Amino acid sequence: MGKTLTFAIMEPPYEAARSTTAFRLIDAALSAGHDVNVFAYEGAVSLTNSKQTPHANAIHGTTVDTEQHPTTKDWVSALFKKGDGQDGRPKLDWVLCGLCMDERGATENVPGPRRGSPADFVKFIAASHNLVAIGTR
Amino acid sequence: MDQNRLLHIVERAYEGTIEEQDDQALWLVAAMKANGAGQQAVILRGAATSYAVQGHDASRFSVGGVKLGHPPRLEEDVAKLIAGGVPVYLVQEDARARGIEAGELIDGIKVIGRKDVADLLVEYSGLLAW
Repeated sequence: MGKTLTFAIMEPPYEAARSTTAFRLIDAALSAGHDVNVFAYEGAVSLTNSKQTPHANAIHGTTVDTEQHPTTKDWVSALFKKGDGQDGRPKLDWVLCGLCMDERGATENVPGPRRGSPADFVKFIAASHNLVAIGTR
Repeated sequence: MDQNRLLHIVERAYEGTIEEQDDQALWLVAAMKANGAGQQAVILRGAATSYAVQGHDASRFSVGGVKLGHPPRLEEDVAKLIAGGVPVYLVQEDARARGIEAGELIDGIKVIGRKDVADLLVEYSGLLAW
């Protein structure tokens, strides 16, 4: 039977390997059948911004289509498909720190993540078998 | 998971503290306490050892004439955690390396050696490194 893991993340998109590492760990946890809770704190609330738009890359010589650049919201959406809790699949719950969203104007998100607060983080921890906090630098 | 034993390791310092008017990690510790997180503790290491030094004053900060409404008083935030029952440890070697002397620290800080950190880690069920 799968366990329940909680991740706390802080890194905004595109600045460090920490957000990529977090995605890989969450993906692996879901693949292993574990339910995953994510508390997205501070800059991490921008990972799911629905207004993210890929671009062409003149240095690569690519167009938008040929660059094929998934933005971070695409990865999170894919994780939600994997963790929809249906037909025996594990459940992904993703809470965005509401105050962090407000001060960044990061209030438009892809379907899946929900607005919350540190109270949700505390509940996540209480309901989990283990916790990984990936801060920022 | 035993939510009642959480240890926050705070090393990153003064990153965004002006823009936030807070330290993000210390704020979260206080917010979690307010929401029933149970027993937490904090280790200040590296640059964050400065948070225990008396006399922080960002009140004169201004950009284009716009001042902070509530300048961060980080040593007061640390003191409030201590007063609220959150032990705050400080790694002595890291403080010394930054020229911080014992007399400069706020009251209630538990000074430990680097070698003591590992012993502290195993006392807690959840470790959060910020």
